[in-house]
Amino acid sequence: MKKTKMILGLSLVAVSGLILVAADHIDAPAVTGNAADITDVYTFQGQDTNNLVFAVNTQGLLSPNATAAAVFNENVMIEINIDNTGDNVEDLVIQAVKRDDKMYFFGPVAPGTTGISSTIKTAAASGSVTISSYGASGLTAEKNGMKFFAGPRDDPFFFDLGQFKAILGGTASGFNNPGVDTFAGTNVLSVVVEVPKAMLGNSSTLNVWAETKKKQ
Amino acid sequence: MKSNTFKMMTIALLVAVVSVNCDNNDDTNNNQVALDFSGTFVQQDQMARPAINTVFIASGQPKDDFNAAIPSAMGAKYQSVFQSRLMALNPNFTTNALGQTAAQFTGLLATDVINVSKTGTTTFFDGTNVLTGRALADDVIDVELLLIFGGSTGASNPGLTSDNVNANDKAFGNSFPYLATAW
Repeated sequence: MKKTKMILGLSLVAVSGLILVAADHIDAPAVTGNAADITDVYTFQGQDTNNLVFAVNTQGLLSPNATAAAVFNENVMIEINIDNTGDNVEDLVIQAVKRDDKMYFFGPVAPGTTGISSTIKTAAASGSVTISSYGASGLTAEKNGMKFFAGPRDDPFFFDLGQFKAILGGTASGFNNPGVDTFAGTNVLSVVVEVPKAMLGNSSTLNVWAETKKKQ
Repeated sequence: MKSNTFKMMTIALLVAVVSVNCDNNDDTNNNQVALDFSGTFVQQDQMARPAINTVFIASGQPKDDFNAAIPSAMGAKYQSVFQSRLMALNPNFTTNALGQTAAQFTGLLATDVINVSKTGTTTFFDGTNVLTGRALADDVIDVELLLIFGGSTGASNPGLTSDNVNANDKAFGNSFPYLATAW
């Protein structure tokens, strides 16, 4: 796995900066391969259409063999940022951080300060869930209408990255049909939280993004 | 709003004291009080729309810089960078299938947020709704390829507008947590 990652990394460097690496998999030097690397963010209506679901995936391209050893980092907080006034500044945050074998959730709550620095809004604790183990059935928790999950999942992203690299590298002129899903058979570490829309303000639209933030 | 927040917090605290999570026992609930969540946490990575940093930002330090940026500051800093990259990817770009010029399209993309509808279908693009969320099964790469390479009708560069991988390799669940079990 390490080797595969290294080879992939080297070939990416070789083909320069135009490479599309998954949705955001293997993203940038400071976060690549560590718990702070976000691969994808999803926001969609829940099975109960009164709810929105936020999914943040981290640590991409985990092979099945590497997945059991992949862990969330207690010093890296995952923060879902929600703007409900249209200015692309977060009005609400949902924070998730690991302690021992659990993921603890805070919010949705107004952040102490907006922007690159955060503190954990401990007064707005919303629930916790035991982090699911690789190979065991998934554990979920529910509290005050919110639902929580944290643990390994199949990477829901799909893309023929290999062929795209070949196109950008000049060795292919287009995609193949059928293509090959570079992310087939790989896993991510996911945090999924479902929230009643009523907890997200009164606007009809939101702007949403995820951040990882590291304890200083 | 303030008093609502206060009420919600009060309710949350009350419930936290009274209730027992399905996977918690009383011991761990008590432990939560003692856990240390102090400190200042500083941004390492930022992400919203799929593939934006990786397509439009050069490798190395520029990618780290983009990850450390906040959306409200991105438009001013990155629109022109994105436009240059778009024109390098597709020198013939005039408008895309949404009718956007290069400046309009990259102006939208440079502010990296997911636009989400709270009142209806949530999808990156489903043939009708555009940028109202991102669902697990959305073929986001084809949408982006189409908008980058497909021209005003979506018919340009047919070999570049779909990767012909149209679905995930595992089916998604209908209920929480929706994502498929690990391989």
